[in-house]
Amino acid sequence: MKVGIVREIGLGERRVAATPETTKRLIKLGFDVVVESGAGELASFTDADFEAAGATLEMDPTKVWGEADVLLKVRPPEPIPDGGHEADLLREGATLISFIWPSKNPELLAMLSGRKATVLAMDQIPRISRAQKMDALSSMANIAGYRAVIEAASFFGRFFTGQMTAAGKVPPAKVLVIGAGVAGLSAIGAARSLGAIVRAFDTRPGVKEQIESLGAEFLEMDFQEDAAGEGGYAKEMSPAFIAAELALFAEQARDVDIIITTALIPGRPAPVLITTDMVESMRGGSVIVDLAAENGGNCALTQPGKVSTHRGVTIIGFVDLPSRLAPTASQLYGTNLCHMLADMGGALAWHVDVEDEVIRGALIMNGGEICWPPPKRAPKEEAPLSRKAPPSARPSARQSARPAAAKAESKGHHHGASASPAGAWSIVIGGLIIAIASQFAPTEFVAHLTVFVLACFVGWQVVWNVSPALHTPLMSVTNAVSGIILVGGMLKVSGPIGAPATILGALACLLAAINVAGGFLVTQRMLRMFVRSETPGDGKR
Amino acid sequence: MSGGLVTGLYLVAGILFIRSLGGLSAQTTAQRGNTYGMIGMLIAIVSTAVVAAGGYPIMAGALLVGGAVGAVLAQRVGMTRMPELVAILHSFVGLAAVLVGYAAYLSPDASLVGTAKTIHEVEIFIGVFVGAITFTGSIIAFGKLRGSISGKPLLLPARHALNALAGAACLGLLIPFLGSEGVSGLWALAAMTGIACVVGAHLVMAIGGADMPVVVSMLNSYSGWAAAAAGFMLGNDLLIITGALVGSSGTILSIIMCRAMNRSIVSVIFGGFGTAEGAAPKPSATPQGEVKSIDVVGVAKMLQEAKSVIVVPGYGMAVAQAQHPLYEVAQILKKRGTKVRFAIHPVAGRLPGHMNVLLAEAKVPYDVVLEMDEIQDDFPETDVVLVLGANDIVNPSALDDVSSPIYGMPVLEVWKSKNVIVTKRGMAAGYAGIENPLFFKEVTQMLFGDAKKSVDGILGELKSTSR
Repeated sequence: MKVGIVREIGLGERRVAATPETTKRLIKLGFDVVVESGAGELASFTDADFEAAGATLEMDPTKVWGEADVLLKVRPPEPIPDGGHEADLLREGATLISFIWPSKNPELLAMLSGRKATVLAMDQIPRISRAQKMDALSSMANIAGYRAVIEAASFFGRFFTGQMTAAGKVPPAKVLVIGAGVAGLSAIGAARSLGAIVRAFDTRPGVKEQIESLGAEFLEMDFQEDAAGEGGYAKEMSPAFIAAELALFAEQARDVDIIITTALIPGRPAPVLITTDMVESMRGGSVIVDLAAENGGNCALTQPGKVSTHRGVTIIGFVDLPSRLAPTASQLYGTNLCHMLADMGGALAWHVDVEDEVIRGALIMNGGEICWPPPKRAPKEEAPLSRKAPPSARPSARQSARPAAAKAESKGHHHGASASPAGAWSIVIGGLIIAIASQFAPTEFVAHLTVFVLACFVGWQVVWNVSPALHTPLMSVTNAVSGIILVGGMLKVSGPIGAPATILGALACLLAAINVAGGFLVTQRMLRMFVRSETPGDGKR
Repeated sequence: MSGGLVTGLYLVAGILFIRSLGGLSAQTTAQRGNTYGMIGMLIAIVSTAVVAAGGYPIMAGALLVGGAVGAVLAQRVGMTRMPELVAILHSFVGLAAVLVGYAAYLSPDASLVGTAKTIHEVEIFIGVFVGAITFTGSIIAFGKLRGSISGKPLLLPARHALNALAGAACLGLLIPFLGSEGVSGLWALAAMTGIACVVGAHLVMAIGGADMPVVVSMLNSYSGWAAAAAGFMLGNDLLIITGALVGSSGTILSIIMCRAMNRSIVSVIFGGFGTAEGAAPKPSATPQGEVKSIDVVGVAKMLQEAKSVIVVPGYGMAVAQAQHPLYEVAQILKKRGTKVRFAIHPVAGRLPGHMNVLLAEAKVPYDVVLEMDEIQDDFPETDVVLVLGANDIVNPSALDDVSSPIYGMPVLEVWKSKNVIVTKRGMAAGYAGIENPLFFKEVTQMLFGDAKKSVDGILGELKSTSR
């Protein structure tokens, strides 16, 4: 199978969908890789690098488009400057994988549909733990956050870190990060490593630990409202909350030197959090970086794509921050793509598995049929572009969601793999046994049998949920519980003292009691040892 | 004795046991689950005492002595010894089931006649049979886990035929047993018990040490079935419910373990790991290449330079008790900003979840201890993987060598990381007796020595250079 990589034609776009390194991985997956000459130029990858990695070079982009079975791209197909449209170059029936933003680009979908294309949108990958390795939005948000700090630093006229020099004292810069999603956390990390004092705010109190684990101060309000919305994004807050929030920002604006805003709500224009008044209250030379610029901006004065100044305050509204770190952005994006292609079976077992939750989420068109939005899933709408920096506790949501999600997955897995046949079997067999038994056995026995079958079924259902880390405690608890046999012993003890049955019963009691006490106590001891780390953040980044 | 009240109490106890198992599904609710179990047990004992209506001194004596012994055991046992404790406790349940069966037979219930009597006696027979297998099987498992019996599978010729013969003999003994009047069938019951004991021992003897997690969970389920059988013979619903719960729990664990080893449960029960396929112990493709060794100074340096480290613990860590210094090593690295995580293979150790318990004992937070599926994809981005006393679970031939006995078993793909350090006592093969090509890989370096000493050495080195 042939994978095509074209040069991005979007203005100012420096990224490319594959690097020499990811090319090697694609080849390992069994693909032939065709790269348009000059595709990696702006990301500092030369044609020779690609060739050395095993790719075939092609001068003519129309050929790459026309020959590829799977075309990998960064931006959605765009109109070509000399006329025509990239989407029309796609070979009929081929597969396109790139950012698509389907809700913003209905015409594009129509064009691709005309090509009978199969389209997977990297912006639509569901945010579940299994899909993390393909989550290009997170990869890009991480870069955007870092780059935001670097841009801020280049426009800011002072050190980030405080210094005592022979020539006098330099105070450290104070940075405020609004929204602690992937981008926000990345910005916090970058600003901290430059030595700034960093404060951060997020509408969801749950991310406090993460913010603090990166060394920033979490700004709190006396206001109770949790914004954790679906998929780790924040939801819109009540007017009272917003008023309290704005008061907090107004107070901070007078104090800090740099504000980095990353607040977005899926499907809505970015909320304005930094008003003109606040900008005017900032000290001259201060810098605002607005990561939500593309969606209208968190700052009232942001001009998308531009750097502007207002009374001495620089407002950066770049919308192409990941592209400004093109080599790394390309590498991460390319790796996300590799993971996706690997999940789809590589070249040898290539298939579009609509049963796969991740693939189904990203699949917006299958053989020309538009199948977006995917059924039954919570409508993600529009989040995409703005998601560059959702004020979400993406990592935190993950952190907390991860065990649950993983469990849900593994549970689903078990059910799919074993419980369904086994469950069906057990129902059939159980019913059959009871039916046969009821023909000639006493009713009492049938009643016991019914209880037995039901209990097996309940046990079966309950135990699949047990997390693997707890298998040993599970064993010792069931061990203790199986000491219930002492009930049997006790029932036999009541006979005459000295009778064999009584002695045997007493012995059984004794043995089983060892089990009960030993099992429960040792479980107790074990469970007490399971502790959570104080800074759950370090499990992640 | 108010039957209705007791039935109600039994129901409550049964529900508490179900909630107890349910509580164990997550760390946060596990303690509560255990408490539910204890309360359930207390209710069960009290309400049974009410039903029994007599024999209280003996009952109290037995319960107190047994409880005290159990409590002492629970306090004394080291976490590395958990598998043995679990195994021996299973044998107690098995023995208790046998005893209850005999007691039930020796104090016949005169009200049972005809079919009801036959069913009752069949129940006794089955209960004793399962109990006896559990009893001797667990004792052998205990011996193997302790090391007092060799971990190597004992493979008698025609062992399947022997088992089948024994099974047939037991079935045959059922006929005279049922045909006899009063307690005169005792000899048949005793003979069957003897045979079942031998079968139980033989079944576990034939299973290799590496399969112990499955065996222990199988025995766990047997002990449940034994209790359920006792419930049938005594007409006691609580015993039936609880036995069924434990039985299915053990069965599920066995299935999970078997899946993790890509082994069919039947082949594990009937023993003979790797021999059934007739594969040579040393596959023709004996890995060739050079083994690079490294010393603790080198390892410490490597760990200091790494940005992300994954530790893969195995049974060797448990044996050497290396988890405590390991935790300190992890702490030092974490303070330096290194990302340290632990990767747990489902069958690492000798019990399901064994490694998790050991790491928890050493205070390693459970959220950096990840399962195989969670961490598998992270190996390529990892600077150093420290394989501590594990072997088969990181053996690449499981993936690419069809002739390998462990072919098809999911393993931790540590060799995809940038560096692998394997601690090992020597170049001996793992428990499964298979060569490990991992040791010859380009990225791998071997740190020879006892796991504990190695980790202590690394710790000392880190402490002296981190200052």
